[in-house]
Amino acid sequence: MATTTDDLPARHSLGKSMKRKEDPRFIRGKGRYLDDIVLPHMLYLALVHSPYPHARIKSIDKSKALALPGVKAVITGEDLDAAKLEWLPTFHGYDKQMVLAFGKALYQYQEVAGVVATSREIASDGAELVEVEYEPLDPLVTPFQAREDKIILRDDRESKTNHIYHWEVGDKAKAEGELDGSAVRIKERILSPRCHPAPLEPCGVLADMNKATGRLTVYMTSQAPHVHRTAFSLVTGIPEDKIHVISPDVGGGFGNKVPVYPGYVVATVASVIIGVPVKWVESRTENLTTTGFARDYHMDVEIGATKEGKVTALKVSTVADHGAFDAAADPRKYPAGMFGIVTGSYDFPTAFAEVDAYFTNKAPGGIAYRCSFRVTEASFAIERGMDILARKLDMDPVELRRRNFIKKEQFPYPSPLGFVYDSGDYEATTQKALDIIGYDELRKEQAEKRKSGELMGIGVSTFTEIVGAGPGKHFDILGIKMFDSAEIRIHPTGSGIVRAGTRHQGQGHETTWAQIVAEELGLDPQELLVEEGDTDTAPYGLGTYASRSTPVAGGALALAARRIREKGKKIAAHLLEASENDVEWKDYKFNLKGVPGKSVTMKEVAFAAYTNPPPDSEPGLEATYYYDPPNLTFPNGSYIAVVDVDRETGAVIVRRFLAVDDCGVVINPMIVEGQIHGGLTEGFAMAFMQEIAFDESGNNLNTNFTEYLVPTALETPHWETANTVTPSPHHPIGAKGVGESPNVGSPQAFVNAVMDALAPLGITHIDMPLTREKVWRAIRDAEAKVS
Amino acid sequence: MFPAPFDYYRAHSVDDAVQALARFGDDARILAGGQSLIPAMRFRLARPSVLVDINAIDELAYVRESDGHLAVGAGTRDFALETAPLIAQRYLLLADTSALVADPVVRQMGTVVGSLCHNDPAGDWPVTALAARAQVSIRTPGGATRTVAIDDFVVDSYTTAVGTGEMAVEVRFPTPGTRTSGSYQKIERKVGDFAAEKLLAGAKPSKDLIRAAMREAEKIADPSPDNRGSVEYKKAMAGVLVGRAIAGALERLGVGGLK
Repeated sequence: MATTTDDLPARHSLGKSMKRKEDPRFIRGKGRYLDDIVLPHMLYLALVHSPYPHARIKSIDKSKALALPGVKAVITGEDLDAAKLEWLPTFHGYDKQMVLAFGKALYQYQEVAGVVATSREIASDGAELVEVEYEPLDPLVTPFQAREDKIILRDDRESKTNHIYHWEVGDKAKAEGELDGSAVRIKERILSPRCHPAPLEPCGVLADMNKATGRLTVYMTSQAPHVHRTAFSLVTGIPEDKIHVISPDVGGGFGNKVPVYPGYVVATVASVIIGVPVKWVESRTENLTTTGFARDYHMDVEIGATKEGKVTALKVSTVADHGAFDAAADPRKYPAGMFGIVTGSYDFPTAFAEVDAYFTNKAPGGIAYRCSFRVTEASFAIERGMDILARKLDMDPVELRRRNFIKKEQFPYPSPLGFVYDSGDYEATTQKALDIIGYDELRKEQAEKRKSGELMGIGVSTFTEIVGAGPGKHFDILGIKMFDSAEIRIHPTGSGIVRAGTRHQGQGHETTWAQIVAEELGLDPQELLVEEGDTDTAPYGLGTYASRSTPVAGGALALAARRIREKGKKIAAHLLEASENDVEWKDYKFNLKGVPGKSVTMKEVAFAAYTNPPPDSEPGLEATYYYDPPNLTFPNGSYIAVVDVDRETGAVIVRRFLAVDDCGVVINPMIVEGQIHGGLTEGFAMAFMQEIAFDESGNNLNTNFTEYLVPTALETPHWETANTVTPSPHHPIGAKGVGESPNVGSPQAFVNAVMDALAPLGITHIDMPLTREKVWRAIRDAEAKVS
Repeated sequence: MFPAPFDYYRAHSVDDAVQALARFGDDARILAGGQSLIPAMRFRLARPSVLVDINAIDELAYVRESDGHLAVGAGTRDFALETAPLIAQRYLLLADTSALVADPVVRQMGTVVGSLCHNDPAGDWPVTALAARAQVSIRTPGGATRTVAIDDFVVDSYTTAVGTGEMAVEVRFPTPGTRTSGSYQKIERKVGDFAAEKLLAGAKPSKDLIRAAMREAEKIADPSPDNRGSVEYKKAMAGVLVGRAIAGALERLGVGGLK
């Protein structure tokens, strides 16, 4: 049953908009980010980049750079190859990745050499002096060119093809048969264009090899410090106990800080060789041109339906552009991530999805931007597809969705592509959105405006997300199961320290983790210190990305707290001089059953754990839990955009945008709202202005913030938010995760709204980003057809 | 991104600055607001050997009305125009432009004269100065001041009449008469972007006249294609914006109904 947060019973600390504990230091400029860390005798690394998208490297002359006073070393791919450090494994193990261009440069801005110097400026000057002789080669700019295999990109691979993998799920023959037999059928090529998460803090590393202790300390902008420690150990052969990864305050990640980048490796190698700390912090251009991009899926979407608008089958065939290496951080069994969520919120009797991935002369990645696992692409495909189908049926797009929603009584719902959705009440969430926005009134207004030729549009997206990777039986990174962990120590006076295997980058874990533990133990969340990101102190976890922290580590936190409660019950029984069976946890304290007023608090229990433990018991009060969730979680939402389009210029004004989210039980409504605001702003950017585009020669056209646009408060629409609560039945506190939802759910709402505005002109689809020129061109061409 | 090495000189008067330019030679550049120069240096697209910083010359920061014109000193920042009541009352075109340059943060630092000297074709001030028939005062190495009409000041993209060793010290905008109006229109991908298209006008009212002006603007516009749009789109938008600018300017004179 969907309810709102307000309807839930009073809680101790859960569901409260507690102010973020981490904010005072961020707001006052007292955060400690990677670039704030300065170590004695530290050197700086600058990288040399290929100006060509595809070129043979004929020679590299280091002499002029080495002659520059202050330059300590120049490192090339050849040097790394000699040290057997030139190739990195990719997370899922389907490919390997060059650290520095070796033999060939495979994309523009690829790292070719590293210059280590006594200052950042000298390192940059030295990088300019490295002379690289290139022989330019014809580039592969699109996956469709790559598919022809006329040029083979990767000499290093045994199979001489640009095709990386074919992955499919579902029953192809059945889906095609159903499509052929359908009364109504649509097919559209839909592009989810290459874009980039562009976190405000770029990526960086500070490697510090201490030759006396033999210990390597690596400070890095990492969303997954433990996995990075393991990866560093596997690649370098340094035993894992000799590697200490510290992820300090991180200024935004969005998936961009999951991979291991060449700069990390080169700085580490330099530190290991030279024996002093070496720092590398990338520039904005390096961030945009070389680090994990997002999307780049060309999707052919086909939907069949009855005349009454009941869907019969879905088929989606995708050509994916993976760039020069298949460096996506997908789990081994899911090379296309969770793309199987493409049936969305709808009860398709049959479905089939396939992805063919290709190498091109572009930067590798394909995982990032607030959705690591291809859910954004899938959600965009189905939500655009449903709108196009509604148009063909001449049916209201909301009505079509309602006729096909998975009903709340169908949960747990096994989808035709293999997932079991945990819970949802799509009808209630959608009804709430329609009521708040005043849908019927807006449709009336639109009808009036259309009479005078004004272009007003209303777009909906009723999406289902899939997060919380994940059950270890299905998901792994480098073979490591995707569990997560929590460790809680309660001090004698009832405050405590909470550590988790996740690493927040702005998500508010220092607050929400304390709230979860405080809720379970009846303690004060202000007195629970949360610590993450240091592999020497935090329990092993897989990190923060793909909206997995709350579904996985959040579960671990609650269950670790319950272990504390179990032990606390023994202590409480001892204090109450009663049998453990006569003690119950109720109203956030231990009560003696049947004796009102006879109770002890967790604080009293904590003191006793150190001062007066029960005889023959272990003193202290701490617990650890490694949580492997039984299933993924499926947050969902109903979003509505209202736009006005300027016929003359193609400009789109987003008049209103409403997001009604259902992420299960909400830990901190203010933080959830903040997450939604941020994600909607990203979705707005993707819909209207963001793309990493290339010209025909493979030159990157969006290499800095004047060409790759990040919206500010000045152009961002006003966001309206609301929620429903359908708890996850399998999660210890019923939470589902929310970080990705607004980014996954919103782009299609904007695009659907613009297409709805352009419907009178017969315009069906325009690929993102919906720039003024694209919209203007579509309007002009449509008007030319009419006249 | 780190600039190539350069020397820095802080000037304390216009004479001091001009003498410094003479001393340091061709590769010296004046640093005013730095909103274009510093990014170009960080990308190493600009590599001045010396920066002559004029930010400490207080006497250059002024907005003064006299003798039928508005004088804006080389130290005057965009926000000074944006916030001056005089501009809001009488110089509507300048008011439009000063509120549309880049974003509020940039306008706190960027200068009007600096933008004119940079003369980026996508910049907001050169096109405004052209339409307003402005004049620019230039201090010569010998210490004399010459005044150049904006049509002669603007030589080509990124090129002005300011010669080696010279420094632009003031721009003058004629005070509009009661039957004169203006409007500045801009298409940008987001706030703070360089203009994709912009134009302005002041003329006699009729829908036909506006349509003719729009067609003429489309014809004479000679834009470059970039991420902001193709030549075709920019030419079309030149027409649309001219139409809106004229209609907007006329509306300010009380002539409505022409949009």
